[in-house]
Amino acid sequence: MSRLAATFAALAQNKRAALITFVTAGDPDYPRSRTLLQALPGAGADIIELGMPFSDPVADGPAIQAASERALKGGMTLARTLDLLREFRAQDSTTPVVLMGYANPLYAMGFERFAAQAAQAGADGVIVVDLPPEEAQELRRPLTAQGIDFIGLVAPTTTEARLPTVLGCAQGFVYYVSVAGTTGTASAAASAVDQAVARLKAATTLPVAVGFGIKTPEQAAAMAATRADAVVVGSALVERIAQGQDAPGFVTRLAQAVRGTRKA
Amino acid sequence: MTGAKVQSLRRMPDEAGHFGRHGGRYVPETLMPLILAVEAAYAEAKADPAFQKELAGLFADFVGRPSPLYLAKRLTERLGGATIYLKREDLNHTGAHKINNCLGQILLAQRMGKTRIIAETGAGQHGVATATACALMGLECVVYMGALDIARQAPNVQRMNLLGASVVPVTAGAGTLKDAMNAAMRDWVAHVEDTYYLIGTAAGPHPYPMMVRDFQAVIGNEVRAQMQAREGRPPDSLVACLGGGSNAIGLFHPFLDDPSVALWGVEAAGHGLDSGAHAASLAGGRPGILHGMRTYLLQDADGQIAEAHSISAGLDYPGIGPEHAWLYEIGRLQLGSATDDEALRAFADLTRLEGIIPALESAHALAFAAKLAPTLPRAHAMVIGLSGRGDKDLATVAEALKARPS
Repeated sequence: MSRLAATFAALAQNKRAALITFVTAGDPDYPRSRTLLQALPGAGADIIELGMPFSDPVADGPAIQAASERALKGGMTLARTLDLLREFRAQDSTTPVVLMGYANPLYAMGFERFAAQAAQAGADGVIVVDLPPEEAQELRRPLTAQGIDFIGLVAPTTTEARLPTVLGCAQGFVYYVSVAGTTGTASAAASAVDQAVARLKAATTLPVAVGFGIKTPEQAAAMAATRADAVVVGSALVERIAQGQDAPGFVTRLAQAVRGTRKA
Repeated sequence: MTGAKVQSLRRMPDEAGHFGRHGGRYVPETLMPLILAVEAAYAEAKADPAFQKELAGLFADFVGRPSPLYLAKRLTERLGGATIYLKREDLNHTGAHKINNCLGQILLAQRMGKTRIIAETGAGQHGVATATACALMGLECVVYMGALDIARQAPNVQRMNLLGASVVPVTAGAGTLKDAMNAAMRDWVAHVEDTYYLIGTAAGPHPYPMMVRDFQAVIGNEVRAQMQAREGRPPDSLVACLGGGSNAIGLFHPFLDDPSVALWGVEAAGHGLDSGAHAASLAGGRPGILHGMRTYLLQDADGQIAEAHSISAGLDYPGIGPEHAWLYEIGRLQLGSATDDEALRAFADLTRLEGIIPALESAHALAFAAKLAPTLPRAHAMVIGLSGRGDKDLATVAEALKARPS
């Protein structure tokens, strides 16, 4: 069983949602990013999303744009991101890590080469924001061959007619983008998210994660109480890193909120 | 001619929006249903005679089409080679070819029931054209413009404001066209219900490169008829500047299946192709994925997008429309380039020789034509796309000339 599947299976048994935390690789610099990454599981993150910095992150709001800029200024590259993951894996063999980013750096490395190196570094899944199912096969095929899940994104704008195409392409879990907007800006109402997740769960057996605009432990708890299997917090965590605040402490508060919420 | 039809280069893109390996729809899932809706609405509009009639009416009465094909006698004599014609898109209402596309897309946005229009702009020509189309139709208009471009194209910013548009300065990155496009895409993702993104060049996700090309193809179609009337034959060569490439593809597309017509795309070489400070995506870039498309991009080894440089804000973009990328790869499109200095010289020459002040973008095409024309005989008919007028560039040119000992 893959690390992602094992994690979701264990959480389902405990009747609770997963906490997925997003950080940008190399933010604010490589050594501090490594320290933070290694602290995340202990602080309560069930799954880690590791952002691959890109110069033009069109789906991201100001917080993650700035994180990408800081990382790139510090000399971060895709190869260094994989180094970081490799170092993390040497210490932690159980926490799933999903790489998240944009197509061009992966394309520049070569999709095949990227898939091989990401597998070797210990990645469990990959999310590429600007590769919808229509354009995904070129990357999805080599990832699948390496045993890495191609995580599918569903948006509030995704139509009924389109849903089978999107879900048919998804592996590992489905990431529900809960607001039409960029990361870290508007927040969705838990009731609306619950309905959207129910619609997805009727159409797929994959776990469903909810992200975008979840900023506080209270919001995380509210989302964990929906039918979603996981809650993603990104921008709010990245902002704390930018301000030099206690990021692991914030993750602990998020984890307590999520863990305190039992599924029916 | 059936055989030629099967081989037609004008059949692209395919159903998924690909021109060879370029083009496509590399957008976040949130936008995917929107661009599919644009595609469906455009297919319907294209086939609707009422839509085409309304657009043709606006072209004639609002834009002032057809734009003249002008025989540049003094320029021809000075260069001492090919006979040079200028396709006068600078004489269009709002001063550039951009209005052709804006009117087409604004009619589409209306059909789709959208009430808010967003656009990106570099030199401000597309912003002005979009603001104009929005004023004409009574629609809300928001234009994203790089902070650097706002500084160097102040008259166009004033025009947009007068026309009722909100101009939003973009300070991210270098504050140029690429950053404005990022900002416009972020706006679109957040306002999916009421907003239409009016892209200004033949770039972005499918169907934009195809749709913008179709609206701009009026340029090449007119050139064909005008040359037929004058010389009884097609031109021998077409020369146009390449930023995103909408004026070039509009001029070229009707002639793609005429092998006797040479197509020259002129990229902005900035301080020189070897300097690292240029905007020549085809000559100096490699394939990549940005802004919804696969195409040639200026980028570093890690796939981070590089900042382009050109004295011309309208060419200051690190990518190129995907159809040009494909035409270049199959050898149909030939590449030229012109540096900032060469463009400035061509700007001054045309102004003095013909009494026409060209846009700095168009001056790149003129500069390259000045290198090409002397190698060709007088019987060679060359048409240069004069895509816009240069009033907006007076401050930039004055400053550049001041900085240079002449």
